[in-house]
Amino acid sequence: MTVEEGSIHAITVPKWGMTMEGGQVTTWHVEEGGPVTAGQEVLDIETSKIAGSVEAKVSGVLRRQVARPGQALPVGALLGVVADLSVPDAAVDEFVAGFVTESVDETAESGGPATKSVELAGGKLNYTVQGEGGETVVLVHGFGGDLNNWLFNTAALAAEHTVYALDLPGHGASAKSLDDASMDSLAAAVAEFVSKVVSGRVHLVGHSLGGGICQLVAQRQPDLVASLTLIAPVGLGPEIHGGYLQAFIAAKNRRELKAAVTELFHDQSVVTGRMVDDILRYKRILGVEQALGRLAAANFPQGGQALLLAPGTEALGIPVGLIWGREDKIVPASHAAALPSARLLLLDGAGHMPMMEQAKAVNEAILGWIGPARSVS
Amino acid sequence: MPDSSIKLTPDQLLGAYRTMREIREFEESVHAEFEKGHLPGFVHLYAGSEASAVGVCSHLTPVDKIISTHRGHGHCIAKGCDIGGMWKEIIGSSEGICRGKGGSMHIADLSKGMLGANAIVGGGPPLICGAGMAAKVLGNGGVGVAFTGDGGSNQGTTFESLNFAAIFKLPVVFVFENNGYAETTAASWSVSCGDIVNRAPAFGMPGVQVDGFDFFAVHAAAGEAIARARAGGGPTLIEVKLARFYGHHEGDNQSYRGEGEVERLRSEQDCLNIFRDRVLQAGLLDAGRLDEIDRDVVEKMKTHVEQAKAAPRPTPDMLTTDVYVSY
Amino acid sequence: MARIITMRQALQEAFLHLMEEDPRVIMLGEDIAGGEGSPGSQDAWGGDMGLTKGLQPRFGKSRVMDTPISESAIIGTAVGAATCGLRPIAELMFVDFMGVCFDQIMNQAAKFRYMFGGRAETPVVIRTQIGAGYRGAAQHSQCLYPLFTHIPGIKCVIPSSAYDAKGLMIEAVHDNDPVIFFEHKFLYDSARDDVPEEAYTIPFGEASIVREGGDVTIVALARMVHVAREAASVLEREGISCEIIDPRTISPLDEDTILESVAKTGRLVVVDEAYPRCNVGKDIAALVAQQGFADLRAPVEVVSPPHTPVPFAPELEDAFIPDAAKVADAVRRVAGWQRGGGK
Repeated sequence: MTVEEGSIHAITVPKWGMTMEGGQVTTWHVEEGGPVTAGQEVLDIETSKIAGSVEAKVSGVLRRQVARPGQALPVGALLGVVADLSVPDAAVDEFVAGFVTESVDETAESGGPATKSVELAGGKLNYTVQGEGGETVVLVHGFGGDLNNWLFNTAALAAEHTVYALDLPGHGASAKSLDDASMDSLAAAVAEFVSKVVSGRVHLVGHSLGGGICQLVAQRQPDLVASLTLIAPVGLGPEIHGGYLQAFIAAKNRRELKAAVTELFHDQSVVTGRMVDDILRYKRILGVEQALGRLAAANFPQGGQALLLAPGTEALGIPVGLIWGREDKIVPASHAAALPSARLLLLDGAGHMPMMEQAKAVNEAILGWIGPARSVS
Repeated sequence: MPDSSIKLTPDQLLGAYRTMREIREFEESVHAEFEKGHLPGFVHLYAGSEASAVGVCSHLTPVDKIISTHRGHGHCIAKGCDIGGMWKEIIGSSEGICRGKGGSMHIADLSKGMLGANAIVGGGPPLICGAGMAAKVLGNGGVGVAFTGDGGSNQGTTFESLNFAAIFKLPVVFVFENNGYAETTAASWSVSCGDIVNRAPAFGMPGVQVDGFDFFAVHAAAGEAIARARAGGGPTLIEVKLARFYGHHEGDNQSYRGEGEVERLRSEQDCLNIFRDRVLQAGLLDAGRLDEIDRDVVEKMKTHVEQAKAAPRPTPDMLTTDVYVSY
Repeated sequence: MARIITMRQALQEAFLHLMEEDPRVIMLGEDIAGGEGSPGSQDAWGGDMGLTKGLQPRFGKSRVMDTPISESAIIGTAVGAATCGLRPIAELMFVDFMGVCFDQIMNQAAKFRYMFGGRAETPVVIRTQIGAGYRGAAQHSQCLYPLFTHIPGIKCVIPSSAYDAKGLMIEAVHDNDPVIFFEHKFLYDSARDDVPEEAYTIPFGEASIVREGGDVTIVALARMVHVAREAASVLEREGISCEIIDPRTISPLDEDTILESVAKTGRLVVVDEAYPRCNVGKDIAALVAQQGFADLRAPVEVVSPPHTPVPFAPELEDAFIPDAAKVADAVRRVAGWQRGGGK
């Protein structure tokens, strides 16, 4: 039996981030036979890093729920089938039966991010690069994080631009020694990275501490920076949840760390056991806890913020975008008022990690702010 | 034969005599209290063998280590452990040097370099190889001395340790105190090569046999061996032939000993008397000084015993402490 | 970014880090370099399984020492040196050889701190190979870690993955108590894992939740963790979701994680490659029976070899070692168990 090519669409397990190998299906949001529209979230999956939702890429009818809740599947495996009602059942069955999970190659050849490193004055800096053409975007994570914080963002941004995500000194797979833990020193490292690895001006996207760092880069080396997107950044006000920083540093086991990390999110169910284990693996590297302690002491002494960057950022004269979750428990969203000329996206139902909790909205906003003449749908 | 003419100063002689007397009186007081039923567990008395412990240990410094057998009180005192604390340990007080957790058979003070009495026959020699290895690697010039009995001289662990120490040229001395009996079994029967010293060449090290009733003979041989070890010359085997006045353990009926054997030892081969005679004859000390020491030690020992009996007992919470540094 | 290496490579990285980090760390054992006194090349083997190759040329004979075949002397030296200021790593080539040196571990190392009233520290690590699967037969294939677990005063570490092996080894040498480190010979090259380049530690007494699941808890050790994983994949397709817990250290044992898991699932299967009488599986089963009784919805099953020495013939050895089929059967039994309905 023949059907029009492309009339049957497979929903497959997506690849979120470098190390994702698969995920476990948790909940379907659409019944079999129910309508789906392109961009609609149709089911939830839990991965080693985080829990998230899979979107339908086309509109139609959900003809089959192939994956069952509780089922663990590899990246690329068939989750469900979307097709118009005009497509016969037999054709759908044939499609399901004949579906072969493509093994996913982790190299840049398959469109995924390539991992590289560069030797800076302070040591090795690890980063990924994905996508080509368009503008150059550099993603800078926050305290205790790593480039995987951007796992729901890199693919969407790389569809139109060249996207770099780096591990800050002392974090991820970059050198851990962090002799100078001041934000200035970290900004110098990021600036050095940009000068060495990238040509032309970049759009800096910084989260939390990374947001403070990006502001400093723009203030110290304005030639490098075309625009700033700051997600829940530090540097715009005196308050920060110092207790979170201390709890994160002090956490010695799964229980303690989960309790700390849960404060980052509005939806606490997003924090999986594996996510916590991965952060523990990082913290247990010799020297990391001391480095994080120095980072907190240098930049957030006595549970407050040491640097006020707002005036300098206001004066930059480059486009600045601000994204904040209303439910942010770490850096209050009210700090956004310190940059009155910035474009602001305030998200309901998001905590301190809106780029993870509401990736779609964040990606749309960034693309809208960066891309030339692109309309936000 | 080592030269046993007296090369010690009067102060050194007084010190040696005092330590031997302390050991003697310690053991006699333990014997007395055990007989009265005041002491728990097993005690193995060293009385009669004092010249060996003191002859050897008088050469040692705080960085040096010793390890002993189940018959460890004498070595413990000779290495400078606190006598009052030792008495408290024997009686099981929480103020004992092992906080009442070790008792007589495991009496130890690592801060004084006494790695413990060891209730496992042959348990010491492998450990003293470790002490020697540590001294070598750390480069602190330290020496290790293992005291083993004639019984322990037949353990496989001892043979391994002799070989090991020789091939690694460890700075150790193996002192075999041959008191003639391993519990009830005669050394003359159990040591296949007759004298323990005959084993030394088989393990590639110098060996010397000395009269353990003669402090000066032990002192000379030990000095040579310890100096050899310290200078990087490797291990020595010293067989000290001596006797124990008491049984293997307190409560031993000693029926395996000969008629009048112990009486003869006490009257004719008391190393303290032999020492006294030597130094008096050589005109080095006068009897009054020695008598004074005798009286002083006896008095002090009475106090140690009283204080031990009055010392605090362990509390139930102490049962589970000090198993690990952290768990 | 994944850097996949084997348990062998992970341990080698640990040794390199430890030897560089602290001059008090020394290594001794039989043929851990190889060729001592022999006419041919030095560092001939680097250990009978090559784990310690390259260390003697790099750190010298004063810190990496071949020894005669004298387990009592080797282990006793390591223990004695530890009480005197070094941090030795001694190799007991096969755990099956423990018989000739167990006194130094059981009566000496384990007991110094307690017998001497807390006034001794014995920071020694004794690493030893365990496990069957290489047709080594009865005297080279045992697990025997229950005998060590039994002794108060020592710690027992038993990694199942390359990541765990590196972190636990570094932790073991940093730890100030005597540690017995059990390396499953089958896992040296078959356990492959994402392992950081840097040095890191894993605390003792923390189990790893290898796989999350809701229906049955499987607790497994060393190679049996991988066997449990195989069984869990099969069972997943049958709709039984297994949670796999690897204690990583059996003394101290992370009791809380095990009990919490059983509180969630109500069913427990323990897989232990050690002989069935008095093994760690039975110890864990008793713990759960006592402290988790209210949560249990089925009897606890312990999957172990039979009460026999390890046989030589390949088909017999394969029948001896618990496999995924036996584990899956045990899981199905507890999953389907109903009072009055029997197994």
